[in-house]
Amino acid sequence: MSVLIIAEHQQQQLDEATLHAVTAAAKLGEVDILVAGDKVEKVAEQAQQIAGVRTILLADAAVYAESLAEAVTPLVISLAKEYTHILAAATSAGKNLLPRVAALLDCAPVSEVIDIIDAQTFVHPIYAGNALQTVRSEQAQHVLTIRATAFAPAATTGGQATIEKVAYETSQNLSRFIDRTLTHSDHPELTTAKTVVSGGRGLGSAENFAALLNPLADTLNAAIGASRAAVDADYIPNEYQVGQTGKVVAPELYIAVGISGAIQHLAGMKDSKVIVAINKDADAPIFNVADYGLVADLNVAVPELVEQLKAIMS
Amino acid sequence: MKVMVAVKRVVDYNVKVRVKADQSDVDIGNVKMSMNPFDEIAVEEAVRLKEAGKVSEVVVVSMGVKQCEETLRTALAMGADRAIHVETDECLQPLAVAKLLHAIAQDEQPQLFLLGKQAIDDDANQTAQMLAALLSAPQGTYVSNVELGADEVTVTREIDGGQERLGLKLPAVISVDLRLNEPRYIKLPNIMQAKKKPLEKKTVAELGIDIQPHLIQLKVTEPKSRAAGIKVADVAELVAKLKTEAKVI
Repeated sequence: MSVLIIAEHQQQQLDEATLHAVTAAAKLGEVDILVAGDKVEKVAEQAQQIAGVRTILLADAAVYAESLAEAVTPLVISLAKEYTHILAAATSAGKNLLPRVAALLDCAPVSEVIDIIDAQTFVHPIYAGNALQTVRSEQAQHVLTIRATAFAPAATTGGQATIEKVAYETSQNLSRFIDRTLTHSDHPELTTAKTVVSGGRGLGSAENFAALLNPLADTLNAAIGASRAAVDADYIPNEYQVGQTGKVVAPELYIAVGISGAIQHLAGMKDSKVIVAINKDADAPIFNVADYGLVADLNVAVPELVEQLKAIMS
Repeated sequence: MKVMVAVKRVVDYNVKVRVKADQSDVDIGNVKMSMNPFDEIAVEEAVRLKEAGKVSEVVVVSMGVKQCEETLRTALAMGADRAIHVETDECLQPLAVAKLLHAIAQDEQPQLFLLGKQAIDDDANQTAQMLAALLSAPQGTYVSNVELGADEVTVTREIDGGQERLGLKLPAVISVDLRLNEPRYIKLPNIMQAKKKPLEKKTVAELGIDIQPHLIQLKVTEPKSRAAGIKVADVAELVAKLKTEAKVI
């Protein structure tokens, strides 16, 4: 059994999501990591340090610069025959790439795996997380995306993987990269943060969203999240959305402010260790999953919470 | 230019499904079924492209049980021109759907494919990518803006850290994000008109595709339910609980 993980990185920095995929992969066999990009030796060196990895396959070429699926897929296919399992984290990049790879291997992939029973039996959520499906893959190869929050990250030190350059002549004229706009945030990354503070329609406006939630997030060193309603109302950009169609988070502490708790939102946060809900509607469904619920006007309660947190944390 | 849109009949997004007691499957008997919300957005986009004069024909395709006809009629009422139904009672997984769409595309030769980014039942988020692979076509997934040119389509994609724009050579496959558009409300006259629009039937056998599932469903279980929480009286009690009981601050 050997596993190929497609690393996710920002050209200079390996993404945390890949570390979670390594932990899942270690349950399956020997782990190799493919780092494909343009001038990504630094990423390969970081990957080399990850505990429990055998080989880093480094594919360094301009054609891989923007991780376009059309460019990376032929590379992965050229390496695939050596592996029983091909994995990536279930991020937007992983979910974009792996089904394309799988189709060319005539393989049915499994998305968002949360548990690995054995080398061909996997558990993943369906119906917005309201059911868990256990599937057996009756295939020679298995292609999986891994839900990061379900597996602990592998250690970033202690590894002794060898770096092996892979040369695969590939060019593609199907797609071209134009530009990318990344949202800058002073807060921790949403999917890996220990604490998440999320706002919903109850915040009322973009100004209020920022004015109330930023101080709370600052105080707790928390990431900021949002419900779809808050995103649709333009209180905050789409990439902050937590839920079935946004990010899935499982922090130690999730504070839902002015969020009613629709099925689609709960799909993205109900595995959090402790859930706090602040909502003026005592019947809001969010209270059914909250460990601690406070029925109150958020405009009063949130500033008060910030004050009291500051007092005990200073 | 012809656009092909794939639509799926799924349990309505407001329904909270239950797992059967014997764990064999989810219980979807007698629940409300609707068009997958992402597919509605795909149909809406195709119709808008037609209304803008950039597209000449919108063909909608669905696969599955007889009642998928209703889903197709809904798409026709939204403004699609004609429909193709591959009728089967077998369980279709994304790979099989992608292969069937690929087979239909051989006859239809559309320049643009629009699909939802995922179905809200299997949550797979795979079919568009697989179809693009089989067609050797470029893919634009999680798309929130489409600008269709003569031989290239420019798409804005929703990615984890923000957005990116790609140019895709036609024919191309696009999977749509919720932010792409707001689907229209269907009026009664449109429903009446839709009944007269052509709905062609095809079988899996005549398309010559092996739809045998590669993944066997062993069981379906309820996720762990959370223990009921408590309501606190005020902020002071909340802070105290978080500190001394939950120990998360």
